Amino acid sequence: MSEATRTGATPYDEMHSADGAVRPHYQPYERWLHEMPRELIDRKRSEADIAFHRVGITFNVYGAEGGKERLIPFDLLPRIIPGSEWRELERGLAQRVRALNAFLADIYHGQEILRAGRIPADQILDNAQFRPEMKGVDVPGGLYSMIAGIDLVRAAGADGRGEFFVLEDNLRVPSGVSYLLENRKMMMRLFPDLFSRYHVQPVDHYPDLLLETLRAVAPAGVVDPTVVVMTPGAHNSAYFEHSFLAQQMGVELVEGQDMFVQDDVLYMRTTQGPRRVDVIYRRIDDDFLDPLAFRADSMLGVPGLMRAYQAGHVTLANAVGTGVADDKSIYPYVPEMVRFYLGEEPVLNNVPTWMLREKDDLAYVLDRLPELVVKEVHGAGGYGMLVGPASTKAQIEDFRQRILAAPEKYIAQPTLSLSTCPTFVEAGIAPRHIDLRPFVLSGGKQIRMVPGGLTRVALKEGSLVVNSSQGGGTKDTWVVD
Amino acid sequence: MLSRTADHLYWMARYTERAENTVRMLDVSYRMSMLPGVNGDGHADWRAILDISELSDAYARTGRPLSPRDVIEFVLLDRDNLSSVWNCLRAARENAHAVRGKLTSEMWETTNTTWLEIRDLTPVRLQDMDLGAFFEWVKFRSHLLRGVTVGTMFHDDAFQFARLGTFLERADNTARLLDVKYHALMPAGEDVHNATDYYRWGSLLRSVSAFETYRQVYRDVITPHKVAELLMLNDAMPRSLHACLDEIVDILGQVANSRSCETTRKAGALHASLHYGSMDDIFAVGLHESLEKFLACINKLGDRISNDFLMPVATP
Repeated sequence: MSEATRTGATPYDEMHSADGAVRPHYQPYERWLHEMPRELIDRKRSEADIAFHRVGITFNVYGAEGGKERLIPFDLLPRIIPGSEWRELERGLAQRVRALNAFLADIYHGQEILRAGRIPADQILDNAQFRPEMKGVDVPGGLYSMIAGIDLVRAAGADGRGEFFVLEDNLRVPSGVSYLLENRKMMMRLFPDLFSRYHVQPVDHYPDLLLETLRAVAPAGVVDPTVVVMTPGAHNSAYFEHSFLAQQMGVELVEGQDMFVQDDVLYMRTTQGPRRVDVIYRRIDDDFLDPLAFRADSMLGVPGLMRAYQAGHVTLANAVGTGVADDKSIYPYVPEMVRFYLGEEPVLNNVPTWMLREKDDLAYVLDRLPELVVKEVHGAGGYGMLVGPASTKAQIEDFRQRILAAPEKYIAQPTLSLSTCPTFVEAGIAPRHIDLRPFVLSGGKQIRMVPGGLTRVALKEGSLVVNSSQGGGTKDTWVVD
Repeated sequence: MLSRTADHLYWMARYTERAENTVRMLDVSYRMSMLPGVNGDGHADWRAILDISELSDAYARTGRPLSPRDVIEFVLLDRDNLSSVWNCLRAARENAHAVRGKLTSEMWETTNTTWLEIRDLTPVRLQDMDLGAFFEWVKFRSHLLRGVTVGTMFHDDAFQFARLGTFLERADNTARLLDVKYHALMPAGEDVHNATDYYRWGSLLRSVSAFETYRQVYRDVITPHKVAELLMLNDAMPRSLHACLDEIVDILGQVANSRSCETTRKAGALHASLHYGSMDDIFAVGLHESLEKFLACINKLGDRISNDFLMPVATP
């Protein structure tokens, strides 16, 4: 195990170097903050809260008590990334997503990587996320995950430099991009003067890039494709984002009930009669897409959609079956995919991972539960995981029993000391752990992304869980030159 | 545009208009109840309020007395009364929420803010409030949404369906108000002859912002006959049945599709009956009968619009 990921190392501080000096890219900000009276900052904070509420940028939390709509806390202190660092990240992200798409195309066609023995075949073929319905289906451009969200974390290295690691790939329906865009809008509205001190690379063209991406993957022969955004409905936790993106792209926001399939062609119901749909940016899981193909009890989908899709009459973005590439049990093999499909060494590393279905790994991990993070292979959103150092003895023992009952359902990783960024908290400004989710768009031949991504911050002191469903907040993310 | 989107815009506008007209109606009764010497049967006005919205049975089931305060609470805030102003504004906001991407940010912020401000209002807090000011607030929020809609929304089909909702609801509400109030106020079909009646008819006109207009149009004492004429046949009076049908016919012409011929025809016929109608003819049939017939037509027209353009309603 590398020094960078060792448990207990002092976290990398994004703003200050080890000797306490302010890093060069944060110096103009630091001077600005120094000139800023605390009362003004407090006033801006409440201004931001009111604005977010009024605009209704809220987040629905499943099972939350009473009101479903909650605000994701927004922190006014930006996360700043130097341009040179970002260019390296961008290279690594494009490489990784290219490999993941190549892997998906391979898995649903020739399965070369299995025949080459680089990944155990049962890991793929027995995986619940593998969709046999997709075998032999040709998708436009050979692309499966046109919109990918790659979660990055940075841990401190021995040399005091932070190294970025990929924590997780999100290749199904990654969300959060609307917060990235709204956070920037909010910062520019609250502190316009800050933007004269920095050359912050713009992000607001994301909806344009997304629309171009979606149009590029229309079924062959369609000249002026009709693109729609498909949502499970207004009660979905990410509904704000669905409607936001549809509006920004100028396309219809549809629900399953708005569409029907006739002769394997998909139509939506409009005030002028049925209209053909060519590309669906769907923000709904595979299982709910089509009651005839998947979950029969789904009221959210469109009967016959899968057949229209298999016939190549409509494109789904992302494709059906991408889950087999972002499953936590497949994650350890991604660097191998980069080597296999691209013949390159990965630019971005994985976090070292133990697979508990392996006997040796299991024994090693069970010995060290208090210091490790254990995750359910199919878990998401920070649920179903054990953060050893932050858990009580009883919680650890409880989790040990769960692991022993079904070790293949778990992976383990060292407790990464995620980098910290100064954050406004009740008592003033204090370091809090952060991660970064850039959004990677693949359409046609190009892979593109807006600079930076969504920075999530764990607002509770010492907490490593940044998920918004568990009390995480967000920050504006600046890539500066 | 998507039928469901059009449906939400239409209902957003309808519910907002309904909330506005509900407080207009409460406002007139509230003002009348403060007039001296009109309490022959103090309950009549409040019963009329419930009748207008077909809420008498629902109200009876609550077991509340027929007191002004109880009726006002029920009509304004009752969570179980689906036509209460509180529920109308909630429904308007929910419809807006479902298509917020189709609204301008000003439209969304207006309906959302309205809802956030009334959401936590309880009967207890209402007691401490100036009711007249609260009625004004609801009207003002409705004016604001309508103004923001006209002033910021792209005038495409989405806009037309929102407008369609406004005018269909308004036609319905004005007809109901006139029907119920007219008979509550008419002692024996005679002209207004004393000060009390003058104020009562004056309040009715004020409830539809038509008091000054009446003076301007007729330069005459207030007669029930002319009040009815103003609210039914005058096409320059923005809350009249005629004016609403002008708008409805115009909008249906703009959004017409291959299924909507019959709907256009029905709306045109209803419009013609107002455009070429006379009060003498209407009174010959009976005002109440005429208004009942009009309400039935408006309801059917609403169903037809839903079936042709929006989300189909179950056919009875």
